[in-house]
Amino acid sequence: MSRNKLIGYGLLLVFGLVAPFLFPAFKLQISIMWLLVVLSLTWDTQGGQMGYNSFGNIMFFGIGMYVCSSFHIGMFFSLAEWTEGGGEKTFLHTSLQYFQGLSVGLILSGIVPAIVAALIGYGILGLRGHYFAICTLGLGIAMGEIASGIELIGAGQGMTTPPWPKGIGGVELRSQFYYYLCFALMVITFLFLRWVYQTRFGLVLNAIRDNEDKAEAMGIHTMRYKITGWVISAFFLGIAGGLMGNMIGYIEPTEIAFAGASYGVFMVLMAILGGKGTLWGPVIGAIVFHIFKEGFWIFFLGWQYVALGLLIVLIVVFFPEGIMGWLREKFPERFGEVIDEADRKAQVELE
Amino acid sequence: MNGILLGILFALIAYGMALQWGVMNIINIAQGELVILGGYIAYFMFKAGIHPAFGIIVSPIIMFFVGWFLYKAVISRVVDRDLFISILATFGISIVTQQLMNSVFGSDVVVAQSNFGTLMLFDNSVVLPYVKLFSGVVSVVFALILILYMKKSRLGRAIRATAQNAKAAKILGVDTEKVYAATFGINAALCGVAGTLIAMTFTLHPYIGLPYTVRSFMIVIIAGLGNLPAVALSGVGLGVFEEFADFILGTEFRIAAVFMLLVVILVYRRFKLSKKREYLK
Amino acid sequence: MGILEVNQVYKYFGGVKANENISLSVEQGTIVGLIGPNGSGKTTLFNSIVGTHPIDKGSIKFEGKEVSELPIPVVAKLGLLRTFQQTRIYGKLDCIQNMLISHRHIEKGLLSVFAKIPEELNDKAEKLLKFVGLYQKRKLRAGDLSFGQQKLLELAMALMNEPKMLLLDEPTAGINPTLINGIIDRLIKVNKEFGITLLVIEHNMRVIMSLAQKIFCLAHGQMLAEGTPEQIKNNKHVIDAYLGAE
Repeated sequence: MSRNKLIGYGLLLVFGLVAPFLFPAFKLQISIMWLLVVLSLTWDTQGGQMGYNSFGNIMFFGIGMYVCSSFHIGMFFSLAEWTEGGGEKTFLHTSLQYFQGLSVGLILSGIVPAIVAALIGYGILGLRGHYFAICTLGLGIAMGEIASGIELIGAGQGMTTPPWPKGIGGVELRSQFYYYLCFALMVITFLFLRWVYQTRFGLVLNAIRDNEDKAEAMGIHTMRYKITGWVISAFFLGIAGGLMGNMIGYIEPTEIAFAGASYGVFMVLMAILGGKGTLWGPVIGAIVFHIFKEGFWIFFLGWQYVALGLLIVLIVVFFPEGIMGWLREKFPERFGEVIDEADRKAQVELE
Repeated sequence: MNGILLGILFALIAYGMALQWGVMNIINIAQGELVILGGYIAYFMFKAGIHPAFGIIVSPIIMFFVGWFLYKAVISRVVDRDLFISILATFGISIVTQQLMNSVFGSDVVVAQSNFGTLMLFDNSVVLPYVKLFSGVVSVVFALILILYMKKSRLGRAIRATAQNAKAAKILGVDTEKVYAATFGINAALCGVAGTLIAMTFTLHPYIGLPYTVRSFMIVIIAGLGNLPAVALSGVGLGVFEEFADFILGTEFRIAAVFMLLVVILVYRRFKLSKKREYLK
Repeated sequence: MGILEVNQVYKYFGGVKANENISLSVEQGTIVGLIGPNGSGKTTLFNSIVGTHPIDKGSIKFEGKEVSELPIPVVAKLGLLRTFQQTRIYGKLDCIQNMLISHRHIEKGLLSVFAKIPEELNDKAEKLLKFVGLYQKRKLRAGDLSFGQQKLLELAMALMNEPKMLLLDEPTAGINPTLINGIIDRLIKVNKEFGITLLVIEHNMRVIMSLAQKIFCLAHGQMLAEGTPEQIKNNKHVIDAYLGAE
């Protein structure tokens, strides 16, 4: 890896590690930002790299959120009683219980959505283009609506996540703890995807994007790759959901867990803003978007969603290649695109 | 009975969506929001003391211009790009509209009272609010007006020509820009009519647009793009299905049932087509 | 028995009889031509052979194995590939990547999906690109190539996959006429040295006459004539079909 790249990675790593101490007031915000990077990266695996624009990846996020807390609670107490209380919590985890439950919860919050993806993948990934997009949109929202009807997990009221155990530090420690978990998840997701995109798998995804019929005609069993990609995304999304639920402290089916109209769309937007189909695009897009969003909340309070919607339209209409795309146009050499004019104009010669 | 009248309403909205899809290859995710917006126009007429039924005239006129404006501002720039861009763009419009309605109109659930009374049939065993009957009739009337217009008028023919072959139409002198804008406007107007009826018959809320969008999408993909009778039939079928789902599963799961039906239909289609080694285009 | 046996194949599209009672046989190691006026069903037949769509009646055997019921990737894995009339390449990837992804990947176990691409493949890809004259353009995006260049890339990609038999759909259409001789030479080389059986759809009579050892002629979805290039050249029915006399 080139020196510049190593420096870049190093700086980011350092920033990520010390941020909670540099900006203690923004810990939660930066934690969420790392989770947004995960959302956007995993969306891009389908959308940018493979050309399957999913509007329903949020379903894995939501499933992960519910799974994590359900097991976190259910391992030690009666889930039904917890959610019935609707806020009156008479159950308290001990420290050991809390961390045991959280570990199990987080692991399952990755595995269960991955299994779901594997199960429905064969049917859903057989759809293409806008049918896939709208079908996944329907799925994501349907799950939110269904979750609103299930009493065990709190129905429309939702449920609270287990509070931080007493006796081991207070709010500070808690937010630091979750901050590092979020950062770790982001780093792992990024590195994993970076590795994957360099293997043949990544090339297959791109081939599917550019011409799925050709890929099949050349002997590639595309469905295997499509499903595997979705499973990977589902895994990381689920864990992100689990973390988010615990940080917010409260799980609500349609606004927080299966937040189709907000985070579900944001993940698409972030990837496009940053440049879909690239590795860093979704990362940059997520960071920039988050800054915009927080800015809108501060400056346009009351109208922030309107501003956000307008941003979507503006990006989509005027800036669909995203930041990475724009950079690529300006500095093609930096991206390894050697546009030798001679090469481009050369006639084919067969001796 | 409820289901059938509801279905006719859905079919009207679906026809608008099909029109756009066929002519400009745009899938309008904001369709539901346009409907709700049209409904709010009727509501404000009601608040102002005018009977909302006149909304079926006023609303489409206003909505036509809203549609025209939206076309010029946003849609015209995404018409010749790929479908995903147009989906995202209309999604953006849907969010903006939703939030604008929320900020301006507030998030209360409202109704535009029509006070039409109820019709009792069969010894009072069937209760049919007149307003629902009114909705059904108006929907059918407007659908017929639209069909006639598309068949006979110059604009209608221009629209159909552009739908079949935009390049050819252009060469033959059709102003495709105008046609596209008009189509979008007509669609918005249809949504306005539907919205008025919904405001009178059901309830209005800034965030209940998406289910209407999904319903019309479903109807269009079942019925196909050119086929009006099929649209009507599918609409009715959907309406009946929904009433059933409401009855069996309970109202909380009504919306979930609609979305899941969409998923089921698409997956069913996918498997049927894969037998012929094709896929949904 | 030939490497490819097409037996009484029928394919309808709604009311249109695209292929009606088509039977042909291709001997292993030969170059066979498929000609006929536009709309005679040649590409449809190609599609039927590789499994792009199911056939309505008949049988298609590749190396003795019935392939008409098999999905496309499976047929391709058996060594039966085709190129497309309207070129199909991976537009956003560069030529080398197009080549690398075309290599036939032997899947061993669950994790083979994550295999890294071996270095040697790069050499093979470059060699084949040189073979079709695209070496200088190897770093360009495939989508930026001209139509004719994309056709050459498609040929190279097919060769990368080391097929046993290759169905070529109008390989010289859109190619600069000065290059056509070079293409003919290469196709002959591909056949003789790489041992690949070729079935070629062509409109360019000069090309097909110099390439093929046997020619089949379709018209209106039916088999019109078959024979050596000499026989076909002088066949009255073939001449009439092309000149439109009916």
